[in-house]
Amino acid sequence: MPALTVAIEAKWFPPVGDAPAKHVLGEIAFSMAPGEVLALTGPSGCGKTTLLNLIAGLDRSFDGRIEPAPGRRLAYVFQEPRLLPWRTVEENIRLVLDGGAHDDARVRTILAEVGLGSAGKLFASRLSLGMARRAAVARAFVIEPGLLLLDEPFVSLDEQTAARLRLLLRQLLALHRTTAILVTHNLREAAALAHRLILLSASPGRLLGDIEVPLSEAERQDERANEAVRASLLAAHGLGELDRLAAPAEAWP
Amino acid sequence: MAHSGPVSATRATRRSAAAAAGERRSPWAAAGEAWSRILLPAISILALLALWQLAASQAANPRLMPAPLTVFQALIDETARGELPYHLAVTLLRVAASFALAMSIGIAVGLAMGRSQLVDRLGNPWLLFFLNLPALVTIILAYIWIGLIEAAAITAVALNKIPNVAVTIREGARALDPGLMEMAQVFRVPRLRVLREIVLPQLYPYLAAAARSGLALIWKIVLVVELLGRSNGVGFQLGVYFQLFDVAGILAYALAFIAVVQLIEWGILQPLEQRLSRWRR
Repeated sequence: MPALTVAIEAKWFPPVGDAPAKHVLGEIAFSMAPGEVLALTGPSGCGKTTLLNLIAGLDRSFDGRIEPAPGRRLAYVFQEPRLLPWRTVEENIRLVLDGGAHDDARVRTILAEVGLGSAGKLFASRLSLGMARRAAVARAFVIEPGLLLLDEPFVSLDEQTAARLRLLLRQLLALHRTTAILVTHNLREAAALAHRLILLSASPGRLLGDIEVPLSEAERQDERANEAVRASLLAAHGLGELDRLAAPAEAWP
Repeated sequence: MAHSGPVSATRATRRSAAAAAGERRSPWAAAGEAWSRILLPAISILALLALWQLAASQAANPRLMPAPLTVFQALIDETARGELPYHLAVTLLRVAASFALAMSIGIAVGLAMGRSQLVDRLGNPWLLFFLNLPALVTIILAYIWIGLIEAAAITAVALNKIPNVAVTIREGARALDPGLMEMAQVFRVPRLRVLREIVLPQLYPYLAAAARSGLALIWKIVLVVELLGRSNGVGFQLGVYFQLFDVAGILAYALAFIAVVQLIEWGILQPLEQRLSRWRR
């Protein structure tokens, strides 16, 4: 049984004031096996975040259907960390737990896993962006989600911090065998983290390609293998064309 | 100094400038500032007392314009007889009851209006009506319709305050961060926990503002309610002294009243606010 089935026919934003209704998403259909990590990519403004919000159930007005496997909870790492600044890191993690007897141990374990073992008592308002992202990742993994959504979790970090967080995420995904969808502009990142690449067209976003990333776990850790995949993706799937049409120059490496 | 990016460079400069200023400031300067913080208000209070004394000495009838010492004597006498503490306590209880009632109903109404456009549009005309209804009208009508009883007094005061609380809390409810609400929805955070952990902390500044302006208003209206329809409380006592033309008694009660209000501000409101805004520092 798939972990998620998506069959969207169309998504419109209703008219606001003088602005007419906007066609945001066209036909998009795919399904995910349990434990699969999927990278969602496409030019800026093609509706990637909208698609994540539909899958998360934050927006329910669209044509089509989205069926997550029943019974498991959903976790979302938003573009901004969305922590409660008036609570400590520990309290932020405990917020999403069910108040059971093992909560304290679970919070401690997950904070150690993301490298925030000694920051648990800090107010979230005191964290750097890199640390806040780690806390948001910890909050997502602590509930052992049936499906994890990540919306560009590495943007506006310096390259070194982003690389460390990327490595951490790869380890956590392997450790917890999490089913995940990762929105990214970065094909090297997609190659390093995902088993599959879902390509959306320029707005309104339609499914343009559904591509296996042909790398073993060992090869994923190799920068040159990722680079080779990126190059072949660029060549084989006309991503250069997309780049020229819609995306800002720096968005497509 | 090492060269770094523009942002951190500015921050470093600012920090070192502040540190240098701290080093340059001598212990004498610090002591001087502490003195002026205590001394200047003290001088200002003494000046007020002197002005009062001067006015009293010029008055034709000292009974109508008593000197400060006469008023303090009246204050001590009333306290010794137990009259002042009793009436002050009764008034405080009425303030507490109407404050609690006005805050809880006002918060509920404000939250509902801030979160739902339907409720807001339906409730707004009512809010305008009660906001502009004179306090005296509410008080008289409450006594006529409910009777000259405690419940009427408390209701009248609360009714005067609820619209102000609702308007303030409505602003706060409109300013709630939608991103955090989405987070809570996705992670299925239970409703009560959302209220306690996410909604209330964002409302604290608005709650504090509503509480502060609420107390200031309720203090004053409670006295009117007591004057018109109760047989105890500071307002009732002021009425009695008004009939006796006993200005010293009136001023004694007024001073005691001011002292209690200020004690509540320093002892309860300010420490509470500091505790709730700890995370900002």
